[in-house]
Amino acid sequence: MKQSHFTLIALLLIAVAFTAVAFLYNSEQGEKASQQASLNSESLIRDHSVRSGNPQAKVTIVEFLDPACETCGKFHPLVKGLIEQHGGKVNLVVRYAPLHPGSDQMVAILEAAKMQGQFWQVLELMFDTQPQWAINHRAEPEIFWNHMTQTQAGIDFARLQQDMNNPAVIKAIEQDIADGQLLGATRTPAFFVNGKPLTEFGYEQLARLVDSEVKANY
Amino acid sequence: MEQPVIFTESETYMVNKTTVELASWQYVFSAWLVAAVATVGSLFFSEVMELAPCVLCWYQRIFMFPLAVILLAGLHPLDIRVVRYALPLAVIGLLFTMYHTLLFYGFIPENLRPCSQGISCSDASMELFGILPIPLLSLASFMIIIILLLKARSLAR
Repeated sequence: MKQSHFTLIALLLIAVAFTAVAFLYNSEQGEKASQQASLNSESLIRDHSVRSGNPQAKVTIVEFLDPACETCGKFHPLVKGLIEQHGGKVNLVVRYAPLHPGSDQMVAILEAAKMQGQFWQVLELMFDTQPQWAINHRAEPEIFWNHMTQTQAGIDFARLQQDMNNPAVIKAIEQDIADGQLLGATRTPAFFVNGKPLTEFGYEQLARLVDSEVKANY
Repeated sequence: MEQPVIFTESETYMVNKTTVELASWQYVFSAWLVAAVATVGSLFFSEVMELAPCVLCWYQRIFMFPLAVILLAGLHPLDIRVVRYALPLAVIGLLFTMYHTLLFYGFIPENLRPCSQGISCSDASMELFGILPIPLLSLASFMIIIILLLKARSLAR
């Protein structure tokens, strides 16, 4: 056997071994995630959770998100598009996973804005202005706050600030963090469609999971 | 009657030269194999298992990854001078793994510093299947590579 054949075979073996072990590892992890999610299905949606779209829809996307997470911002219009596309068959529940430093304040603003019926407006504003206040993976709530007070006329800011320290708001955020950990939502955005976790991340994968749930339920 | 096979002096030299070359090729090849497996293995930890590499792991990767490339380049055809370029990388890598191993087993304390998102270098999660600590795997890889490269060079001399 020529020496170059030897090297080629070794390269090939390494590549095949890597792919095979990675495939096995990923499928095992996916199974574990599904089990974890089905064991803790009551943690997916709580009474305080915000829902958007048709409340009677038979397919629910639960999204754990962090306002400071860039991918969450990129995914937001895509998720909205998915829900519109399925016209009333799919709705969305948003849960908080404040993983970035400073994000705890950002989700407190959101939860307090919810009490004034301004949750979605504020979330949209956060994602739209994210490059200005989320710097180097660190949220700067003051920058966002200044921006918000200048542009949003419909919000009572004195009340918003007070509500951010409301025990109900704090409890809701703590509950979301605990549920996220229980469900294995360690990275954002984390999606669950009718309780099934999105094991391989990506828009196509999410769209496929939603499609299969719509087909199964309608 | 068969003619006895008689090698001329230069022919004998050539035979010896090729066997020596083959042997040193095998040593360099083995060293490359260790470097390639270590490289792919560490990529498995970070990309598939999504374990974030700690700072010391990054330094070891900086000295391991080029070995997988340089040694391969020196194999076809064999250029024994590859040892001269590969050895410093392997030795510096070994120093980092030795420091990391001592840190991992608590012989030297990790400096106290504020918690950050980075992973601690003495984290117990750095164990393959819960038995083989990654710093030890790295230590073994660098040591084997150094021994094989020294063998290859001593043969070629």
